[in-house]
Amino acid sequence: MTLALYVPVGSPVHRLPAGVKLLCLAVLAVLLFARPTPTVAGAALVGTLVVGLGVARLPVAVLARQAWALRWFLLVLFVVHALTTDVATGAHTVLRLLTLVLAAAVVTATTRVSEMVRVVERLCAPLRLVGGRPERVGLLIAMALRFIPVLIERADRIRAAQAARGGPPRGVRALRTTVAPLLVQLLQMAHDVSEALDARGADDTPVRRPGRA
Amino acid sequence: MKTRDLAYIALFAAVIAVLGTIPAIPVGPVPITAQTLGVMLAGAVLGARRGFLAVLLFLVLVAIGLPLLAGGRGGLAPFVGTSAGYLYSWPVAAFVIGWLTERSWDRYNVLRGTLINVVGGIVVIYAVGVPVLKAVAGLTWGQALTGGALPFIPGDLFKAFAAAAIADVVRRSYPVIERPRRTATTR
Repeated sequence: MTLALYVPVGSPVHRLPAGVKLLCLAVLAVLLFARPTPTVAGAALVGTLVVGLGVARLPVAVLARQAWALRWFLLVLFVVHALTTDVATGAHTVLRLLTLVLAAAVVTATTRVSEMVRVVERLCAPLRLVGGRPERVGLLIAMALRFIPVLIERADRIRAAQAARGGPPRGVRALRTTVAPLLVQLLQMAHDVSEALDARGADDTPVRRPGRA
Repeated sequence: MKTRDLAYIALFAAVIAVLGTIPAIPVGPVPITAQTLGVMLAGAVLGARRGFLAVLLFLVLVAIGLPLLAGGRGGLAPFVGTSAGYLYSWPVAAFVIGWLTERSWDRYNVLRGTLINVVGGIVVIYAVGVPVLKAVAGLTWGQALTGGALPFIPGDLFKAFAAAAIADVVRRSYPVIERPRRTATTR
């Protein structure tokens, strides 16, 4: 999957089970909020960078992109805090936020989507107790991913058809004449897909073989 | 839950993902995106249960590392950042919209739908999003509101209307929500 944010490098961090990495992230988040001092936040940031760039050997750009997306906000946050409370609080709030976002990016970049799906399925295991079926989560994820390109293709088709007829309707009318019909088409398609799946044995109901009591 | 319901849930998770490709307008800590339109639609077209699950599925796709949030963001970082609260509120918003829509199914129209979407898609989202932004960024209530709610209200009102207009057409041509069963106590 070229779409994913996973960065394939063979490092110890990559080989660590996904569950362990997620647990570490959760512990870090609790720690950062439970001990709100600049020292803790600074140490955590350094640790995150060492793990992400040193141990996992991720390209700097992967982490820089996450930090860059937050640049203005972090700046404003720092200034607001520096003016209303004090510089130390501002620095540590910014550090804490940056650390958490970078740590989360490290987990994402070092863990395959398929591994994450397995973690999600395992987390859904308790659903069995209330009659749910955790293995259906995998089916749901696969279906959603398959629907994304189909959806884009259908939307393009409608757009092309309207262009051939002299341009799409603009403004509010487009909601009723373009978007709603597209959605109806897609719902029908989803219904067809579900019938095809059922025909291949994906149905909820247990199979009844004819001729058995 | 039938396979058909799973397909609808997967479809709306995909709809929300595709709406994320519409360019976001960055304003401060939380960007204006078309994705909340998808959240509103999930509730208004699929109803409470399936709408909730569709949005939850979308968030699972984001969390496992797909860059499906507006602006190509994804992975676990958005769930701990400044917009985390908004993300967590989305499934709840879809549920509330779906619940209210199911209850007014026989009398649904664009106006009623818009009001429902405002309650679920604006009130609920900010009720969760703003306090989380305040806590994560250490802001005051005033700062959190001006940074994390006010700039979005006009766009949100339009999205609430748009979702209701679309849901109204879908309701008449391909209704997915079933008419609530009549209970013994009538009126």
